[in-house]
Formats: sequence, C-alpha cells, structure tokens
Amino acid sequence: MQAIGLTFIDWIIILIYFVFVLGIGWYLKRFTKSEEDFFLAGRKNSSWVAGLAFLSANLGALELLGMTGNTFKYGMYVAHFYWIGAIPAMVFLGIYMMPFYYSSKIKSIPGYLKLRFDEKTRVLNGIAFAIMTLLVSGINLYAMALVLHTFLGWDWNISMWASALTVMGYVTLSGLMSAIFTEIIQFFLIWFGLFLVSILGIIEIGSLGQILNRLPESMNTLWSTSGDPTQNGMLIHWAGIVLGLGFVLSFGYWTTDFLVVQRAFSAKDLRAARMTPLLASFFKMALPFIVILAGLIAIALSNDPNSGFKLLEDGGQVNYDSALPLLIARYYPSGLVGLGVTALLAGFMAGQAGNISAFNTVWTYDIYKSVLNKKASDAHLLWMGRVSTVVGVIISLGTAYWAKSFPSIMDYMQAIFSWVNAPLFATMLLGMFIWWITPNGAFWGLVAGMLSSFLMWLGVKFHWFNESIITMSSVQSDMAANFWRAWWAWLICFGLTIVISLFTKKKPKEELVGLVKGLTEEKHDAHLPFVKRPEFVAIIAVVVLIVLNILFW
Amino acid sequence: MKPIWYFVGLILLAMGGIIFLTGVYQLLDPPETKTVLSEIHPNVWWGIIMFLFGGLMFLKTRKETV
Repeated sequence: MQAIGLTFIDWIIILIYFVFVLGIGWYLKRFTKSEEDFFLAGRKNSSWVAGLAFLSANLGALELLGMTGNTFKYGMYVAHFYWIGAIPAMVFLGIYMMPFYYSSKIKSIPGYLKLRFDEKTRVLNGIAFAIMTLLVSGINLYAMALVLHTFLGWDWNISMWASALTVMGYVTLSGLMSAIFTEIIQFFLIWFGLFLVSILGIIEIGSLGQILNRLPESMNTLWSTSGDPTQNGMLIHWAGIVLGLGFVLSFGYWTTDFLVVQRAFSAKDLRAARMTPLLASFFKMALPFIVILAGLIAIALSNDPNSGFKLLEDGGQVNYDSALPLLIARYYPSGLVGLGVTALLAGFMAGQAGNISAFNTVWTYDIYKSVLNKKASDAHLLWMGRVSTVVGVIISLGTAYWAKSFPSIMDYMQAIFSWVNAPLFATMLLGMFIWWITPNGAFWGLVAGMLSSFLMWLGVKFHWFNESIITMSSVQSDMAANFWRAWWAWLICFGLTIVISLFTKKKPKEELVGLVKGLTEEKHDAHLPFVKRPEFVAIIAVVVLIVLNILFW
Repeated sequence: MKPIWYFVGLILLAMGGIIFLTGVYQLLDPPETKTVLSEIHPNVWWGIIMFLFGGLMFLKTRKETV
C-alpha cells in the first residue's frame, strides 16, 4: 500500500537536493589535491563542522524510521539509545581517548592498533571493519529501496541505482570533504523536514503531557519500571541497559567505530577534535524530540479510535517502520511532503556516503598499503581511494540485491555491531589505559571476543541453547539479547586480553609514549580559561543528561 | 573555498521559498484533499522559518572563504 503521494512541487524539492549534493561534490573536487584532502578532508574543519558531521554520520534514515517504529513497539525506553546509550561514551571519547587518537596522527582506528600493538591486530580489525561497512552500506541501500517502494511506490532498481550512483559521484570526486558537507546538509534537512511532525502532533493532541497521559506506564517512563523486566515495553532489567547498552554497545560504537570517529580526525587541531563529540552530544540528546516523540504521538493516535490513524500491516504483521511516513502523510501538505521525503533520502544517502568514505580509508591504508603495496606513493593512494570508492559502491549494490533475496539479513545489522565493535572496545580500553597489555594479548583477546559474540548469536539462532542463559531473564526480546551478548563478548575479550598479556612479551615503554595514558604528557588546553575547555562543555553535557533522565524517570 | 554554512543557507533558502509560495497558493486555492491541521497552513509559516533561517546563513557567509 502506498502511503504518501507526491505532487510536482514535491518532486522539485527532491530534485533540488540531488542537484545540490552533486554540485557540491563537483565544486569541492578542485580543493581535493592530496590524499590527506581526500581521506581526512585536509584536517582543517572547525569543531562545529566536525561535530555535526560526527552526529550525522550516525543519523541514517534507517535509524529515523527504525527508532520511531521501535518507540511504537517498546515505548520511551528507546530514548536510552540517545541518552545513556550515547552521551557518556561521547564525553569519554572527547575527554580521554581523543588526545591519543588525534595526537598520534593516525588516519584510521586500525592505524592506532598498529602503533599500539602490531600489524596483525590492525589487519584483523581492518578486514572486519571493511566487511562490516560494506554489509551495512548494502543493507542500508536495500532498506532505502524497501522504504521508497513501500511508502512512495518507487521502482526498486531505479531507487537503488540513482542513490548509489549519486553517492559514488560525490564521494569519488572529493572524498571525506563532500561526505561531511552532505552530512551537514542532511542534518538541517532532517531537523526542518521531520521536527514539524512532532510540533503538529503536539498541536493536534494538545500538549506533551497529554501525549504521555494517553500511554501505559510501561511505555511512558525511562527508568521507573526497569526493576522488573515484565513491567516495561522492552522486557529488560536496568542492569542490561546500563551494562549492555550504556557501557559496551555505546562505548564500542561511539569510541571505536571509524565511521563516526573519522569525522573528528578531520578537525583542525586537538581542541577542535576533542570538542567534536562533545558538541555532537547536545544534538544527540535533542534527537528524541523528533524520533521518540513521533513514535509516542503514533501510539497515542493509534489508541484513539476517532483519529483514523493505524500502522500499515504486511501479511498480518504490523509494519512499525510505517509510523513516521504515515505521520508525514497525515500532517504534511504539498511541498512539505517533498521536504519530509528529501530528509529521509538525505539520511539514507549520507549514511551510505559515511560508510563508503570510512571503507575507502580503511581499505587504502590498513589493507592495501599495509599488506598489498607497502611502497605506494601519495598520488597512488589518492587514486586507490577513488577506485575503492567505486568498487565499494558496486559491492554495496551487490549486497543490497543479496539482501533483497534474503530479507532476514536485515535482522543481522544489530548483531554485526556486537560481533565487531563490542570486543574492540575492550581492546582499545585496555590498550589505551594499561601499558603492559601485549600485542599477542590484544590480538587473541579480540579474536576470542569476536568469535564468542558470533557463536552466542549462532547458538540462539539455531537453538543450541536457551537465550535466557545470555540474558539471565525468563522474558526475552531481541533488543535485550543484543545488549547482553555485547556485554559477554566485551567481558571475554577484556579477560582474555589481560590473562594472555600476563604471559606474553610486552612492548618497551618508550615505544608507547603518546599512545598510552600514564606514559604521555597530558596538558591539553591548560592555557585556556576553564569555561573554554572541553572539560567544561563535558560537565554541561552530563548535567543536561542527568536532568533529562530525571524529567522522564 | 566557501564554508558549508553557505551551502546550507542556499538550500534552505531555495526549499523554504518554494514551500512558502506553495502554501500561499494553497491558501488562495485550497486543495480538494486536506491534511490534518491544514487549517493552520503549516507550509506557509514553516516555509517562512526555513527561508529566514537559510537567508540569515546565506547572508552571513556569502563573502566568507575558509
């Protein structure tokens, strides 16, 4: 069933967006002369530019639709992804980890692993990240075509090829810089294109308080029902939220996933790099006022038989992802519909561009230059970056068609993150803060963490054992299983890395200066007044986080 | 190189202007199919907000280079 109809004006708005992003790619090409320009946007961005790009790289349309749909399914608990599930990790990255990343002048996260540990750990992470990135990129492409086909009636092939070729065009022309430019445009289009849904929903229902009053307690609070998993929509205990989401998954993603951290590497100096995730944290905290609020409005309207609002159904199953498109169709007249659809398109395309620009960097530096062609010149690496962009988009298209044949691989996306990012966070944490962690400890700990996460997922999938062994609860949800699996994978990697490090050869301390806390002089921004330091901004972010959690407790 | 804010201003200016003009047209000639809350004409005032925000960014950055 087609939910949204487009008029001529809506098409004009969509066309303006396509012309703009391709035009920007063309305009920026003349400023992309070196490999550092292509892969790191010349390291000259302000903290605002890097910060908005840092946030936008994570803000795909799949997340917008999925999180609004998840709110309809699980209630306000989904806001944990934006608050405790993001802000502490972003603050930790800005205050403690960024000085080591930025000051070591690495070009990628696997590059840090090479300096801190050795080549094999770098290549292991580089290959895992490259595979993950292309899988996610392809699945995103498939999801975009699915959304456009379901809600707008667009042709599958035209949707996938048009957006993939546009992304390929502007990333090939000017690399990370054009990806960052389009991500920031996407950020503004998402706010202007989708925040109006929340405003109009509040106007229709009366007030935010009335929206919350129309929901059951299991859906309209953040923590008060978390002591008993049977009493909240997500069926999870607060310990699972804090350990699985708030600690492992969140820190694993926000502090080690190169897709987002690469944006901070493009900052002009260390202070701007440290401010990048801190500034982004404020916008991250504001996003529930689009995504979660829209989901709550959809629940409130569904509960009112006079509203005429009902989610779409596919074969008797409720299509939760239809919540946001149906609200757009409900409230937006001609022109605004085009803006809403453009916001979703921009989210999809910027998400794909983010994946491709991270892939081309990791492929070029951590696999190609590290293993295949160690003597490659800068000009050759720039050429390889452009070639790998084209190849990455083609592989993504292949993955998208694969996903179309096997739609269940969509379900694997969250699982993929817990295979790669959760154990990597243990490796990074130990490597950055304990000097005697050894290269062999890190490598085998990482292998064990990734394998254990994968085996736990396989075990539950094929019923080798009961999920309750992982979640320690009699009631189950996919979300709870993801959180707990990430926690165990992290713990296994953390423990094994320490044990193996006790018995294997350590790197000399002098080789670790600048890479490990305690061996590195730390006087960042000491000359600045306290109110201008990243630490001050971090304190404000934490205070806002605490206030929001208390407000919606 | 022009700063990113210049391009953000330009695209919001263009889109906001078109949405505002569409809203004014629909005010004078209302469409047959009405959306919920169409009586408050969201495309008129949201289009103005986008146009003004975009215009401000465009004017502030039109002579800047980075």
